Amino acid sequence: MSAILPPSERVWWNQPIDKLEFIWIAIAFIWSLTMFGMMIWWHIYGNQNLANETYKTTKEMFAAKAQAVVDQYTVRTETDKQVPVVKPPAGSDIYLIGRLWDWWPIYELEKGKTYKLHLSAMDYMHGFSLQPQNINIQVHPNYDHVVKITPTQAGTYSIVCNEYCGIGHHTMVGRVYVK
Amino acid sequence: MATTYRICPRSGLQFDTAAEKLMRFHAVAGVLALLVGGIMALGVILTRWPAIKLLPADTFYMVLTAHGIDMLIFWIIFFEMAVLIFASSTLLRCRLAMPKLAWVASILMVIGAIMTNVAIFQGESSVMFTSYVPMQAKPHFYLGLILFAVGALLICFIFLGTLVVAKAEKTYEGSIPLVTFGALTACIIAIFTIASGAIILIPTFLWSLGYIREIDSLMYRVVWWGLGHSSQQINVSAHVAIWYAIAAIVFGAKPMSEKVSRTAFFLYILFLQLASAHHLLSDPGLSSEWKIVNTSYFMYFAVLASMIHGMTVPGAIEQAQRLKGYNKGLFEWLRKAPWGNPAFSSMFLSLIGFGFLGGISGVMMGAEQLNMLIHNTIYVPGHFHATVVIGTTLAFMGLTYFLVPVLFKREVLFPGFAKIQPYLFGLAMYVVALVMMGAGTLGVSRRHWDMAFAGAPMAYEWPGAAYLMMGLTGIFSCIAIVGGAGWILQIVLSILFGKKLEEGEIRSTPIPLTLPAPTTGSTVHPPATPGTMVLALIFLTAFILYYFVNWKYLSSLWGLS
Repeated sequence: MSAILPPSERVWWNQPIDKLEFIWIAIAFIWSLTMFGMMIWWHIYGNQNLANETYKTTKEMFAAKAQAVVDQYTVRTETDKQVPVVKPPAGSDIYLIGRLWDWWPIYELEKGKTYKLHLSAMDYMHGFSLQPQNINIQVHPNYDHVVKITPTQAGTYSIVCNEYCGIGHHTMVGRVYVK
Repeated sequence: MATTYRICPRSGLQFDTAAEKLMRFHAVAGVLALLVGGIMALGVILTRWPAIKLLPADTFYMVLTAHGIDMLIFWIIFFEMAVLIFASSTLLRCRLAMPKLAWVASILMVIGAIMTNVAIFQGESSVMFTSYVPMQAKPHFYLGLILFAVGALLICFIFLGTLVVAKAEKTYEGSIPLVTFGALTACIIAIFTIASGAIILIPTFLWSLGYIREIDSLMYRVVWWGLGHSSQQINVSAHVAIWYAIAAIVFGAKPMSEKVSRTAFFLYILFLQLASAHHLLSDPGLSSEWKIVNTSYFMYFAVLASMIHGMTVPGAIEQAQRLKGYNKGLFEWLRKAPWGNPAFSSMFLSLIGFGFLGGISGVMMGAEQLNMLIHNTIYVPGHFHATVVIGTTLAFMGLTYFLVPVLFKREVLFPGFAKIQPYLFGLAMYVVALVMMGAGTLGVSRRHWDMAFAGAPMAYEWPGAAYLMMGLTGIFSCIAIVGGAGWILQIVLSILFGKKLEEGEIRSTPIPLTLPAPTTGSTVHPPATPGTMVLALIFLTAFILYYFVNWKYLSSLWGLS
């Protein structure tokens, strides 16, 4: 009987399964397990895993930490808004603030060196979208998300905001230099 | 109890008069929401099309909020309520439980939908479909959603009540039909979804009134996506049930195996809701273990279920067609299918598009690490236009072609247009989904007014290919909007002015469903389905290739740990 009527056999559970149908289920099951294993495998052997290190913070605390790094390592300023360009030592903690509507400050990083990048927002949520790399991370207020990053190619990179944050959202673009 | 029953002379289905009125009400309310959402779609796309950029930023974000909510919540859930009533009272040939309460619920839903729309168009609630805190909308934005959800929840319980009525009054024998089983799956997921929505939207409403000082943004996202993503899982269950229904109506197709199809629906109930994690893979504060287990529906059991439906629906059609003698080669059954019947062509385009475009992209971006490539880019709307527009909306449109004569008792006007409408709308949407995913792969943001970053002190320049993709998105979206508007016009005019059809016999008592005697003895052994298997293997190959291409892409990024 058709799918809009009750099954014609009262005990439909015992009806045999079509052979091709069974083969497909087996293939689909193996593929499911493969995809599950792939994520775990990448944690062990892959180089692109998002860190689990996160702290609760406050806007004031996070801003103060960012300010301290900026005060210590600023090498010059850029644009009319005098955005500091900060060149921190390799391996150090660096703080990126997302706020209406800019990413602050600009960092100048060294190729092949690892930095501990702290991300947090000052008001609404923001979206860290590093281009043209295409690395996208959600940035929350009151959470300090620590991501260890290792730039592998030199160049000028942009940080686009890709979480809607109000009328000036499209002007919220930051920058990172890798030398 | 004082209801009557109508036997439809065209389908043989029996409609409880009270249920029938409710179904028509919900179908019409859904189409009106689709109309508003569709007009908004035009505003969205003509702004995102870089060469046109029609609306100013504030209007764009308002229109985008309305588009998301009217389409994803109001159009789809109104229609789903009609499907729940159909799958219970009509398919089980019984009276609808508590019809008065159902009307109260329906009115609540309409009030809620209007209230939220008013809030959006007043202009101070442009918070997007997701309404993430700490961005705040006006209180009646949240209140409208809550009222709508309460109404929908009541109808879910009326659906369950109707199953009890049918069982108690013995209107059918044995187990409920597979389509009703699929609707039951949708109903159970809907209850989970609406509960999640209530848990987060009620405090958010109180926060917007000033009674609660702060809502944690991460907690909001975790709980809200229990609503936001799970509501799309109601759609999956509902439109898969509709695929089975249309296959049964058009071909008389019988499920290849009741056991397999029902087990697959059961896997949905167990695992599908975990997918709210798909939205949280690039968030801080959640462990990788949590992300992996949840995003994969606990080892991809819900993907397994969808892959099963993806084979058993065309498989059932192949079996039915081969039994009719379309036996030549691998694909005669498919070539000789009624491609001019819009119910079938909608359903088949929905099935193929949902699997190849929506399914593969969804699983790819739902892998924990791969999500970093995709999160919040326009790839995401590319994916879900393949799932909820090609998958759900197209299936609903196909079913409506069947419902106009059966439920509204009118002939469908413009049958020539009906023949091409699914292709016009469906295939244009295929292209839209693909080019949006293309632009997203290049990094273009979703929910973004200006990809040229006008006024930004340090603007970024997207590659030319990204502009090309967004231009194509604009062109093909306009074609799809023509297809969608044509459908609305055709259905509304048919309901209003189509030739009236015979109503059929009205009875005061229902006729219970009697089954033909079990086919023992001279059982026709169902034919094998090699054509479907070939289609399934093509799908698998595309899936595997695309999946690993993206891992390769990921491996070229900066080191992250």
